[in-house]
Amino acid sequence: MTALAQTAARTGRSAVPAPLTAVAMSGGLDSSVAALLLERRGTPVVGLSMLLWDRSQQVRHGRCCGSLDLGDARRVAEQLGLPHYTLRMDGEFRRHVVDPFVDGYVGGQTPSPCISCNTEIKFEAFWERARRLGAGRIATGHYARIRRGADGRYELHRAVDESKDQSYFLFELNQEQLARAVFPLGELTKAEVRELAREAGLAVAEKGESMEICFVDRGVREFVESERPDLSRRPARVSASDGEELGAGAPYYRYTVGQRRGLGVAAGRRLYVLDVQPEDNRIVVGSRDELLAPGLIGRGLHWISGAAVDSAVEVDVRIRSRHPGVAATVESLPAADGGSGGCKVRFAEPQAGVAPGQAAVFYRGTQILGGCWIERALS
Amino acid sequence: MPAPVYLDHNATTPLDPRVAEAMEPWVGGLHGNPSSVHSFGRTARAAVELAREQVAELVGGQPPEVVFTASGTEANNAVLLSAFAGEGDGHLVISELEHPSIQAAADRLEGLGVEVTRLRPGADGVVSADSIVAALRRDTRLVCLMLANNELGTVQPVAAAAAACRERGVPLLCDAVQAAGKLAIDAGALGADYVVVAAHKFNGPVGAAALRIREGAAFEPLILGGGQERRRRAGTENVAALVGFGACAALASEELDERIERLGELRDGLEAGLAGIPDARLHCASSPRLPHVAHVAFPGLIGEELVVRLDLAGFAVSTGAACASGVVEPSRTLLAMGVPAAEALASIRISLGTTNDEAELARFLPVLAAEVEALRSLCAEPVAQAVAG
Repeated sequence: MTALAQTAARTGRSAVPAPLTAVAMSGGLDSSVAALLLERRGTPVVGLSMLLWDRSQQVRHGRCCGSLDLGDARRVAEQLGLPHYTLRMDGEFRRHVVDPFVDGYVGGQTPSPCISCNTEIKFEAFWERARRLGAGRIATGHYARIRRGADGRYELHRAVDESKDQSYFLFELNQEQLARAVFPLGELTKAEVRELAREAGLAVAEKGESMEICFVDRGVREFVESERPDLSRRPARVSASDGEELGAGAPYYRYTVGQRRGLGVAAGRRLYVLDVQPEDNRIVVGSRDELLAPGLIGRGLHWISGAAVDSAVEVDVRIRSRHPGVAATVESLPAADGGSGGCKVRFAEPQAGVAPGQAAVFYRGTQILGGCWIERALS
Repeated sequence: MPAPVYLDHNATTPLDPRVAEAMEPWVGGLHGNPSSVHSFGRTARAAVELAREQVAELVGGQPPEVVFTASGTEANNAVLLSAFAGEGDGHLVISELEHPSIQAAADRLEGLGVEVTRLRPGADGVVSADSIVAALRRDTRLVCLMLANNELGTVQPVAAAAAACRERGVPLLCDAVQAAGKLAIDAGALGADYVVVAAHKFNGPVGAAALRIREGAAFEPLILGGGQERRRRAGTENVAALVGFGACAALASEELDERIERLGELRDGLEAGLAGIPDARLHCASSPRLPHVAHVAFPGLIGEELVVRLDLAGFAVSTGAACASGVVEPSRTLLAMGVPAAEALASIRISLGTTNDEAELARFLPVLAAEVEALRSLCAEPVAQAVAG
């Protein structure tokens, strides 16, 4: 009897069983509780863990099992009585997430790797694997909500717990991906999630948050240097927007637009990074006023509804994950290469820190409409 | 709901209830250190020595030649490291079929400066004795050739290789871990200086293995300490596990012929069924091999994924060595045989045991056929495009 049939038998559900749901289990609190909730609903569940970044591989010899830091996921699956497997996906992760992240910094941008990880890994490559193992849906521990609109389209909404909302990182999802995704935590607060884990006696109930970029164990700078040992580490020239040379700082890939601290040069005033210019190994700094931009040019414009949008659209835009949002108008543009996906976003009020490489995500109320990748600020 | 069906006996086997019964006094009451002078120690010593006789009988050696170890891996490691005494000179010959406990030890020695020759098997999964003879050099210190391969079950020409080695004074290590209980082992006739067997591969407990060292063959212990095992392996004996080892060895000696016959019949029936699945490719079916192993490729799918689907459907099989599972890399053994990588990745191993029966296989085959078909159709679909930009 299949796991699916076992669960159906246990719960006495109808002869048309629910599809097998694959829960992406990282071993953290959130995905563990997602699995717990699905199991309690009587959904047939299989736990799958992704081996994304195996540090042990760099030193390992031969082909043996290596140390997979997924012991907690296994423990929770065991506690819940779920079948659990580990999928080796470090090749895909490097290709779609780590290499573009490093390329971004080398190119003077401020990458947002968690978005590509969702779009390319969790909701695409992982789904592809899960489907081949027999799953019809995938569930994650994301704090976001999926709703079916009046027109039958899937909508993505912010989580009930505003402080944990992760919808910014999900803006590239499409209708197909939303149709097969389940977010069991979207209606819960973090405190409630932890309480559920405690009540169920889950081994991970007291586990802390993982806020940093998961594959960067020290600093971004050290990571970029370890990945690109040949990259020049010459200090960047730091100059003011009026051309005044302020001295030498750290290598350019250390800087990100909007950064104020740790510029490495002294001046009698508060300075912000305005621009990172890898080709000249130059950092341009200036005042907060100079950081303000009236809008941005984007690429990779994506609407979650999948509908073509011709006219200008009024939205609230967030230009980084912790940005409070500002009213804006989005217009699609022919891209530089004549292709589609370009857009112009005009803010109702100028915004500081429009950083190339970050995403601009469009909201209306609680709903995430879509977004784009920031190419440059409008001047 | 029927219990899951276990078809992965090359990974490990269930404990025979008769073995459990023999172990029971040592798990549930008796205790004693075999090195102690008093009656508790003597009782334990007698139990260990009985086990030694039973294991010696199984491998065709004399009891004093048998050194108990905690695992086959330990025994294999011990022989390789002993032969080179941790020094970086000399020459080692191994087959590409060897277990990781030999391959990894050879890699370590190579790092120290030992020259290693790795012999490839033919397409039949067998390393020729001639290739071993041709590889021998004046400074060859050890040859490693397993009796039967863990993935394919193919039986290697150990006796012929050992005879040639003997003429040149080169010792031979025969890892017989997969063969024990499924093939008659006669250490004398094999002519191997070192033979390794492990209890858990033939219905005994994990944690008990044996290294038979031919009387007079050189051996430097790997584990140092007390004088146990005639100073060849220190550490207090695992009496309960060794009692179980002795019991399963005695049963295997007694029942070997009927086991071989029964497993062979089951396996042949299984392979007849496998051959009925479209484009199934049986590996090494006409090679000399163990009676209980079927190795088959279903091109157009990933073996690891088939293993998971079968597990969810209640059947436990494997893609090969348990240690390599979870890592989707083609089997080194199959690649060494010249099997293309795609076909190697599409392979699974089904290894039967004494508790399997026809009814289980009759349930297994249609499920396997259905899972192969379902997975092939999913793998054939073009991969969905990533979100349009």
